[in-house]
Amino acid sequence: MGQITLNKVSKSFGELEVIPPLDLEIKDGEFVVFVGPSGCGKSTLLRLIAGLEDVSGGEILIDGKDATDIPPAKRGLAMVFQSYALYPHMSVRKNIAFPLRMAGLDKAHQDKKVEEAARVLNLADYLERKPGQLSGGQRQRVAIGRAIVREPAAFLFDEPLSNLDAALRVGMRLEISELHKRLTTTMIYVTHDQVEAMTMADKIVVLRAGNIEQVGSPLELYRTPRNLFVAGFIGSPKMNFVSGPEAQKRDATTIGIRPEHTRVSTDTGDWPGVVGVSEHLGSDTFFHVKCDAFEEPLTVRAGGEVDLKYGDKVFLTPDSAHLHRFDREGLRLP
Amino acid sequence: MARAVNTSRKSLNTAIAATLGLIMFFPVLWILILSFKSEIDAVRSPWQVLTAGWTMESYGAVQERSDYFKHFMNSVTISLGSTFLGLLIAIPAAWAMAFVPAKRTKDVLMWMLSTKMLPPVGVLVPIYLIFRNLGILDTRSGLVIVLMLMNLPIIIWMLYTYFREIPGEILEAARMDGASLREEVLYVLTPMAIPGMASTVLLNIILSWNEAFWTLNLTAAQAAPLTAFIASYSSPEGLFYAKLSAASIMAIAPILIMGWFSQKQLVRGLTFGAVK
Repeated sequence: MGQITLNKVSKSFGELEVIPPLDLEIKDGEFVVFVGPSGCGKSTLLRLIAGLEDVSGGEILIDGKDATDIPPAKRGLAMVFQSYALYPHMSVRKNIAFPLRMAGLDKAHQDKKVEEAARVLNLADYLERKPGQLSGGQRQRVAIGRAIVREPAAFLFDEPLSNLDAALRVGMRLEISELHKRLTTTMIYVTHDQVEAMTMADKIVVLRAGNIEQVGSPLELYRTPRNLFVAGFIGSPKMNFVSGPEAQKRDATTIGIRPEHTRVSTDTGDWPGVVGVSEHLGSDTFFHVKCDAFEEPLTVRAGGEVDLKYGDKVFLTPDSAHLHRFDREGLRLP
Repeated sequence: MARAVNTSRKSLNTAIAATLGLIMFFPVLWILILSFKSEIDAVRSPWQVLTAGWTMESYGAVQERSDYFKHFMNSVTISLGSTFLGLLIAIPAAWAMAFVPAKRTKDVLMWMLSTKMLPPVGVLVPIYLIFRNLGILDTRSGLVIVLMLMNLPIIIWMLYTYFREIPGEILEAARMDGASLREEVLYVLTPMAIPGMASTVLLNIILSWNEAFWTLNLTAAQAAPLTAFIASYSSPEGLFYAKLSAASIMAIAPILIMGWFSQKQLVRGLTFGAVK
C-alpha cells in the first residue's frame, strides 16, 4: 500500500515561506510527477514527504497513518537522489544490501534479495564493482536497486535523470515506467522536464512558487490547462500566447495556440507573416513566424517535408477547436 | 598555453632550490654527523670534524645514561593517546558543524582556532596548578589530556573541511535506508573520510610527538617523552655535542621516518583539503 495524503502541509525556512499550505492526495499505485521550474518547491515537497525536512505546518498521512513526526527510515519510503548518492566505498552488492543490513536481515536473505534486484536491473555482472567503476546509467540503476530491495510503500525520485546524457535519459525513462508497471508501487517523481512528466505520469502536479497550479493527467493538462502558467509549461515547443485585438475578437485577454494547432499556408490564412528561423527535426519542422499583427514571433509546426525559407511570406490559421482563451487574471475561460 | 621554460632557466631554478634545501637540511645533517663522532672530535673545527674517525660511542653512552626506550614509549603513548582521544571528540563535533550548521558555526570554528593564537605560557601557571591539584603532574594520562586539548582545534578544523567535501545527499540516503545516527557515522561517513582522517591522525601524531612546551613543563621523570630526553642533555654539566646529537637523532628519527613514508597524506592534510 502506498497512499499518501498531504493536509495543509507548509514549509518555511525562517521568514521565507517556500510552500504555502497545500493539500494533495496520491492514490496507491499512482505514478505522480511534480513538475515546475527550478525553485518552485518541488524538491522541497518531496523531501517533506520523505521526512528529510520537517514540515512547518499541516500533516502527512501515509496509508491513513499520521507520519508527520516519523523519522525518514520508518516511513517505509525509498528515495532515489539526483546525484545517485551511492556509498562510494562499498561494492554494488553492499550498496544495494545496505538498507537490508540496517533492517537487520540475515546475510542469506540479503543476498537473495540483492541478486533478485540485480537481475531485474541488469546489474548481475557488476555486483562486485565499486560505484566509481560504473557508468552514469548503471549508477542510477544501483540507486534504484537500493530502493527496490526495501519493498517500500512508495518510491520517491528526485530528478533522477538530470545527470544523464540525452540518449540514456530516454532509455532510463522507459525503464522506470516499465518498473512502475511491473511493481505497481506508488511513485513520486520530481522533474523540471515537462517531457518526462508527460511521458511517465499518471498524474502531474504542476508547481509554481510552492503553489499547486494544477493537478491532472498529462492529457488533461495538455488539453485544458487551468491558467497561462500551466498552458505555457506543458507542451513542447511551448504554446504561443497572443493578446490585443485578435484576443479581444474572441472575448479573451489572451489566447493560446499550440504550434501543432496552427496551419501554415503560402497563399491564404488569417494571419499573414514572414518566416524567420526554422528548425528541421526530420519528422517535423518548426517555423518561427513573425506575423504583422503581433509583436512576438509565433512558433508553428509543419510536416518534415514542408520547405519554407527565411523571409518567405506565409499565412497562419489557428485551429479554433484547439484555441485556449484566458481572462485578465490568466485563468482559463470556458 | 603552458608557459615555456628554457633549459638554462630551469637548471638555475633547480640549483637555487637545491641550495635552499641543503641550507635548511644542513643542521640536521650536521647533528647526524656529530652523533657519530667522539666527544673530543665533535668540538673541533668543521673540517677536523669531517675527517675524524667514526664511532657509535655516543649512542651507547646515551642509552647507558638514560633509558631511551622508556622515553620512546612515553612519546608513543602520549602522541597516539592524545590523537585517539582527540578524534573521539572531534568526529562528532566536526559532523555537527559540517552537516547541521547553525547560524554561529563559523564563529565557533574561528573561536576554536583563535585559541591556538594564545601563547601557551600564558596559561602555564593555572594549568600547572590544576595538574598539581588533580595529582596528574608527570603522568602520561595528564599529558594525553593536555596535548589533546592543544591539538583539538586543529583536528576539528581538518575533519570539518574533509566532512564538508562529502555530499550531504549520501548521508540522507543512509538515513532513508534506515541507518541510525551512529550507523550513519560509522558505516558511511567515517569510511568515506578515511583519507582525510589518516592525514589528520598523522599530523597530530607529529605535532604531539614534537610538542615540547607542555611535555617539558608538566613532566619530571616518569612520563617524560623524547623531548624531555633531549632537553636533559643540554644540562648543567656543560654541553656534550656528540651525546646531545646522538640523543636528538634518536628522538627525531622515528617521526622523521614516519613522515617520510606518509608524505603524500601529510601534504593533503596540511593543505586542509584545499587540494584534492
